[in-house]
Amino acid sequence: MGDGVTTAAPALTQIPRAPGIAFILKKALISALVALVLFSLMIGIRTEAGPTGQLIYWTRFGDLAAMVAAVFGGSIIVELLRQWWGPVGTIRIIPPRLQSTLAVARRGIAPVLLIFTFLVPVIFYDQRYILDLGILVLTYVMLGWGLNVVVGLAGLLDLGYVAFYAVGAYSYALLATNFGLSFWVCLPLAGILAAFWGMMLGFPVLRLRGDYLAIVTLAFGEIIRLVIINWQSLTGGPNGVSGIPRPTFFGIPLVPGPDGLAAKLGIEFSPTHRIVFLFYLILGLALLTNWVTIRLRRLPIGRAWEALREDEVACRALGINITTTKLTAFATGAMFGGFAGAFFATRQGFISPESFTFQESALVLAIVVLGGMGSQLGVALAALTMIGGFELFRGLEQYRMLVFGVAMVLLMIWRPRGLIGHRAPTVFLRHSQAISSDLVKEGHG
Amino acid sequence: MSGDSILTVDRLSMRFGGIVAVNDLSFGAERRKITALIGPNGAGKTTVFNCITGFYKPTSGMMRLIHDDGRAFQLERLNDFRISKLAKVARTFQNIRLFPGMTALENLMVAQHNALMLASGLTFLGLIGAPSWRAAEKRAIDLAQLWLDRIGLLDRADDAAGNLPYGDQRRLEIARAMCTEPALLCLDEPAAGLNTRESAALSELLLSIRADQGTSILLIEHDMSVVMEISDHVVVMDYGVKIAEGTPQDVRDDPRVIAAYLGADEEEAIAVMESGA
Ligand SMILES: Nc1ncnc2c1ncn2[C@@H]1O[C@H](COP(=O)(O)OP(=O)(O)OP(=O)(O)O)[C@@H](O)[C@H]1O
Ligand SMILES: [Mg+2]
Repeated sequence: MGDGVTTAAPALTQIPRAPGIAFILKKALISALVALVLFSLMIGIRTEAGPTGQLIYWTRFGDLAAMVAAVFGGSIIVELLRQWWGPVGTIRIIPPRLQSTLAVARRGIAPVLLIFTFLVPVIFYDQRYILDLGILVLTYVMLGWGLNVVVGLAGLLDLGYVAFYAVGAYSYALLATNFGLSFWVCLPLAGILAAFWGMMLGFPVLRLRGDYLAIVTLAFGEIIRLVIINWQSLTGGPNGVSGIPRPTFFGIPLVPGPDGLAAKLGIEFSPTHRIVFLFYLILGLALLTNWVTIRLRRLPIGRAWEALREDEVACRALGINITTTKLTAFATGAMFGGFAGAFFATRQGFISPESFTFQESALVLAIVVLGGMGSQLGVALAALTMIGGFELFRGLEQYRMLVFGVAMVLLMIWRPRGLIGHRAPTVFLRHSQAISSDLVKEGHG
Repeated sequence: MSGDSILTVDRLSMRFGGIVAVNDLSFGAERRKITALIGPNGAGKTTVFNCITGFYKPTSGMMRLIHDDGRAFQLERLNDFRISKLAKVARTFQNIRLFPGMTALENLMVAQHNALMLASGLTFLGLIGAPSWRAAEKRAIDLAQLWLDRIGLLDRADDAAGNLPYGDQRRLEIARAMCTEPALLCLDEPAAGLNTRESAALSELLLSIRADQGTSILLIEHDMSVVMEISDHVVVMDYGVKIAEGTPQDVRDDPRVIAAYLGADEEEAIAVMESGA
């Protein structure tokens, strides 16, 4: 594959637009070859244990051939698509009139989305499924925004973000079940504890870059999960923590009976009240994350994060303390993860280590990358697309992952720098101009 | 070194494995003067800068910096960002290191990080939008604006630094260094890649920085027209050692310097010089 990329460069310089048919065929052939090697054992030969325990196997060369052919054809299609709506092409195809309309639409999309989100519980009051989905999407929006501080702004690739989610969740669960502290007391504590662990992770990885940073953060995520599984006396191990108190409306529980909020307000109790409350709770938390992040970007610390992503050496020459700058990025991101974790615990009422696997880290990172690293709106849209899309394809059953994967690949071909690839300046003299993504560095992660 | 030195480099050596990039080098930079450090490629000039600005730990030697108020800093003992933050030594790089994805204005704001960090109450005052923070931010923008104006980039303040032409990027990097309000400004080949008109503008900018800000300047430069025009004192290096120093005139006429530059022996070099002039 790497070979195909290097041969592409001279071809591109000679003929600016389309690399020739020969190149496309060559690339497809290489892909098909890789597929053949991979699938010859995975699909070509099927093995099973026979009734008496012996090994039986049979060949499926027809399926193998079909698969390899599909990869060959798919590679050609992808390459053609890349040429037609490649990142360069999109801007040229759209006429200027439409572009200005799009610009207006783009500016309007955030407020419209926000108002719509506020109205979701009103519109879909009877549809529990939609409300639950909304809560799920908002949780990931919040996680995405939190991780965005570390990955998008500071440019530090963190593959273990779920660790802070777990720390937040377990902090609330354990504090609430053991000491009877209320959600509103535990929420800041969960954030502080997660931020503390963010710093703990930050120290050893200060000098690491790129792949090394990614591997250590990944390991950190696993360590936290394994500690939770094995520290049975504190965390309950694989059994998790159950009976986590539900959130209260600032001390007033959302329960039927005379003490509940419904009775106090003089309305009839309905279990939906709690769902709606949770919806607005996570919306509030997510908006807080967003507000703080936007504020921080315009403060010296936020600018230092972005400068760090752009050029660490130049930062040092300007007297910026790299150590504290990186640690604050880790801590801030982790704190938001901790808040989200506490919310998760109170919503579920039960948590176990299974909820905090690497898959969660990968999903949140995918949201950040897909959204366009650093863009708040992009991350929100990406969370909506990923989580919502995931549900949308539920009808496709076992092909869900496949369809989803293909959609992701196509999206990344069309927009390699994410849905919102450009960067908005944090300060301006006359007019704020979006900065094109090919100037903005991705950091050393 | 006589006079009032802001920087005194004493027997500085820097080794990389077997390579001796800087060998027992001593020189001084006078206060409010422009000192040029010249020498052929690979002479070790950038390495000297990297030692002064804390990017390399020197193998041996001392570097002493004395502020106007008499405070002294032993640069080899300070590390990393503290040289810029405390000793107030700013630098530019041979290959420009701006923040390409940030605007020109943002680049200059990042340079004021330490001052702004204090003004924002380590972020907390800034987060709540305290009036004192707003005032400090306004002042920082004004300072950035002033520098953008001085380098003639005011109307490109909101453009990404990576989008600016090469010459503008060079000047922006100098402005960014100046926004840290340095006592000593170290410039690594600021005229590299500039055309004659741009070089002349650069000379003017550096002279005005010395005159208006009173900043001492240490300058590495290959463009002899710039060196001869603006420097007060020139130090010449070759193979890591100092081979000559003096006024631009002294140095220009020194056969050892000519020989080092031409890589020939002295008589030959003089012959070439005379036939050229
Ligand atoms: N980090 C390093 N590791 C090993 N050798 C180095 C390192 N930095 C510099 N050198 C060597 O030190 C010598 C001096 O390099 P330096 O970059 O200081 O020269 P220079 O005078 O700035 O040259 P130029 O005019 O080309 O910029 C060179 O031989 C170089 O290869
Ligand atoms: Mg050099």
